[in-house]
Amino acid sequence: MNNIEFLQEKARKIRIEALDMILKAGSGHIGGSFSVTDILVALYYDVMYLAGDFSDHDRFILSKGHANPALYAILMDKGYVPQEAKYTLRQYGSPFQGHPDSKMCSFIDCTTGSLGHGISIGVGMSLGFKKQGKKNRVFVVAGDGELDEGICWEAFMAAANFDLDNLTVVIDRNMIQLGERTENLMRLGDLHDKMASFGFVVTEIDGHDFSELIVALKKETPTTPHCIIAHTVKGKGVSFMEDAIAWHGCLPKGDQIVQAYNELQEYCHG
Amino acid sequence: MVDKRATRHGFYDGLVALAGNHEEIFAVDADLGSATGSHLFKKAFPERYIDVGIAEQNLIGISAGLARVGLVPFCSSMAVFVTGRGFEIIRNAVAYSHINVKIVGSHTGITAAGDGGSHQAIADLAVMRALPNMVVLSPCDYHQAAKMALLMYEHDGPVYVRTSREPVEDVTSVQDDLQLGKAQKLRTGKDVCIIATGMMTVLACKAAQLLAHEDIQASILNIHTIKPLDTETIRIEVLTCGGHVVVCEEANVYGGLSEAVATALVEDNDIIFERVAIEDRFGQSGSTEVLLEEYGITPEAIVRKARRAVRR
Repeated sequence: MNNIEFLQEKARKIRIEALDMILKAGSGHIGGSFSVTDILVALYYDVMYLAGDFSDHDRFILSKGHANPALYAILMDKGYVPQEAKYTLRQYGSPFQGHPDSKMCSFIDCTTGSLGHGISIGVGMSLGFKKQGKKNRVFVVAGDGELDEGICWEAFMAAANFDLDNLTVVIDRNMIQLGERTENLMRLGDLHDKMASFGFVVTEIDGHDFSELIVALKKETPTTPHCIIAHTVKGKGVSFMEDAIAWHGCLPKGDQIVQAYNELQEYCHG
Repeated sequence: MVDKRATRHGFYDGLVALAGNHEEIFAVDADLGSATGSHLFKKAFPERYIDVGIAEQNLIGISAGLARVGLVPFCSSMAVFVTGRGFEIIRNAVAYSHINVKIVGSHTGITAAGDGGSHQAIADLAVMRALPNMVVLSPCDYHQAAKMALLMYEHDGPVYVRTSREPVEDVTSVQDDLQLGKAQKLRTGKDVCIIATGMMTVLACKAAQLLAHEDIQASILNIHTIKPLDTETIRIEVLTCGGHVVVCEEANVYGGLSEAVATALVEDNDIIFERVAIEDRFGQSGSTEVLLEEYGITPEAIVRKARRAVRR
């Protein structure tokens, strides 16, 4: 099994685990979890430096915090959080809160859930590392719908202003927000041009292609922050959920559950 | 001529003195350094001064990020903007996250004066008190403000401090002991307890002198820590003064110190409660003297309320 096949197999497993957790919890966000899964797998299993002392680790912020089941499944798979936590999602006292909470789980680098915060906090972390002369990189994954929040654009402006070459912002460009397609609700238009004009080096990729993900995530951009526009499919991996507005926060029932598991078991990238 | 100095400058003089020994202390600003006093930090430690521009949400988010990698950011703007525009970021990225960010809000109360009601923070105490994990401080004079930098630094967690633009006389001294969450007794009396915070403490001291001419002996408690509130000292002192209490704050009547004190005393019998505060209206432009008179925030107003409490 080569590295790409390894990552694909991890992603297949993580999607199934995420669905397990959401179904047991009785609520959660499947669509966004599945669109972002491959980005998270590439980061946690290949790109980020996570060895040795925590102070040297790269940092990750899931700014679209509602996609947390995919992150939680990874934290368990990597052995950071015991498997017993799996079915405690959204329960009292769980390390797996309804949205990521670093107080409840020390392997979550930043509490999120309120949209727009992650990019701004990521700018602060990146700036803090640079001020301390440290080499840690900071990765933020934000949703495209999330970019409606004004603080994102305050943070983008600051990232370029402070020359944060240690910051990578990945935009999960699945084209759908909670109740509508992004371009019908509050159109982002030419996002590439917008981000470039804010001072980012911009890379556009297929957010489900591990070859493209790894090259883009490892790219170095001296003196400027890096924005990866990852074109993704909301609900990726389950045919009736893919690119459908309804599956932002809905749960499958009956035969849908059987079909979802069958398709995820057989899901093959590419 | 009594020397008058503003708490906004006292605070940053204190922070500059502290930061010389602690290189993890940073000042973060939203293009209001000359107003908040953080320009003093910029001058002393330019490499540890970060200006995020006119963006109070990002001010808090960036500060939360700095704190998450081990730095100790003191972020500032005028209180109305940092606690208003920045509120939800403070709520989630700082207080809920229990992150070590220190927030400095200047130009509090109506003594922001000439700038008018848009710039006068009257609800900052209420909104910051309402957040779990948030410590809320309110210094009364230059010396106390200067000492608060150390109190904030030594507390591991979010702290909000409100400072003022208006210079006031010193009523505390460099030698005074200052402890987080511990009320400071400035005057001993037996007839009425005046509980004051911020620059109202200075007015309370003047009121106590006027009351003494009427043979009313007022005790004065300075509440520099609004939260956690020193309810034990407050209860003892008020009961010592026959249950007569006047609470003074340069903030709206809702959600500030007076409501906090009233809550602390609610289980005690025979409390005669009066307060001097902004009576639920916004400020406007004017000289400090005119505004204080118009809004009923004067030593004479404290005297009237104290007299009424004693005689009720």
